[in-house]
Amino acid sequence: MDLFMKIVAAAAMGMMVFYAWRAYQQWQQQGPKAEKGDWQAAILPLAMVAGLVVLLIAMVR
Amino acid sequence: MANPQYSVLSGAQSAISANKVLKNTYMLLSATLGFSALMALISMSLALPSWMYLVSVIGAMVMGIFVLPRTANSSAGIGVIFAITGLLGLGLGSILTMYMALPRGPEIIATAFAGTGLIFLGLSGYALTSKRDFSFMGGFLFAGIMVVFIAAIANIFLAMPALSLAVSGGIILLMSGFILFDTSRIINGGETNYIMATYGLYLNIFNIFISLLQILGIMGSDD
Repeated sequence: MDLFMKIVAAAAMGMMVFYAWRAYQQWQQQGPKAEKGDWQAAILPLAMVAGLVVLLIAMVR
Repeated sequence: MANPQYSVLSGAQSAISANKVLKNTYMLLSATLGFSALMALISMSLALPSWMYLVSVIGAMVMGIFVLPRTANSSAGIGVIFAITGLLGLGLGSILTMYMALPRGPEIIATAFAGTGLIFLGLSGYALTSKRDFSFMGGFLFAGIMVVFIAAIANIFLAMPALSLAVSGGIILLMSGFILFDTSRIINGGETNYIMATYGLYLNIFNIFISLLQILGIMGSDD
């Protein structure tokens, strides 16, 4: 990738960081807080996703 | 004192409304994914250059931020979402052309496709059946997106394969979290516009597929 393309890609991602920052602030201030057991319910499927990715890597190696 | 009959009716109406949004979202998502695949095939047959990916992502991003939210409440929103997903499909085609040229490219693409499908169906099924409200994850997910994008910006200039793997892995986990978050928002009435809901879920699937492709491409290469 030449320098011009790198700068364009970095600028586009920088714009996304700005929008993510605004969304983050909004969700931190107004979003609902986790209740007991909420994080366990979210982490379990995400751990299964991580396991699936490891399995897929093993399949292509 | 609240009228219990009214709250039961109101609850039922809100459930019917959420089911309608969910049904429309999945129908539009299927159509946009099919359209995207068609555009990717056209892009592959035209052998568009790889820089087309960057152009299409930036174009889709600008439309998604500035045009879609203004048109999502009208019929024009359908045209805009097809334009965005078609553009992303064109860009995806140029990436797939590159992967097809690799020795085990078709196998890597098929594995990434199957993996993306499994992740999306599994997490959507989980969010739909558990009936939990995952909107508490909003702050965490957007903070994670910021961290991953800052790492990705650094890696544009550093070009470190290990950091590239870490970024792709992070994106897969964050987008998986966003599938739970977006689906539960539709079920619980947090998102009532099916065009915006489709856009969110489409981006989750697109980003998981691209990141899986990158991880499998790096880990599956012989050198």
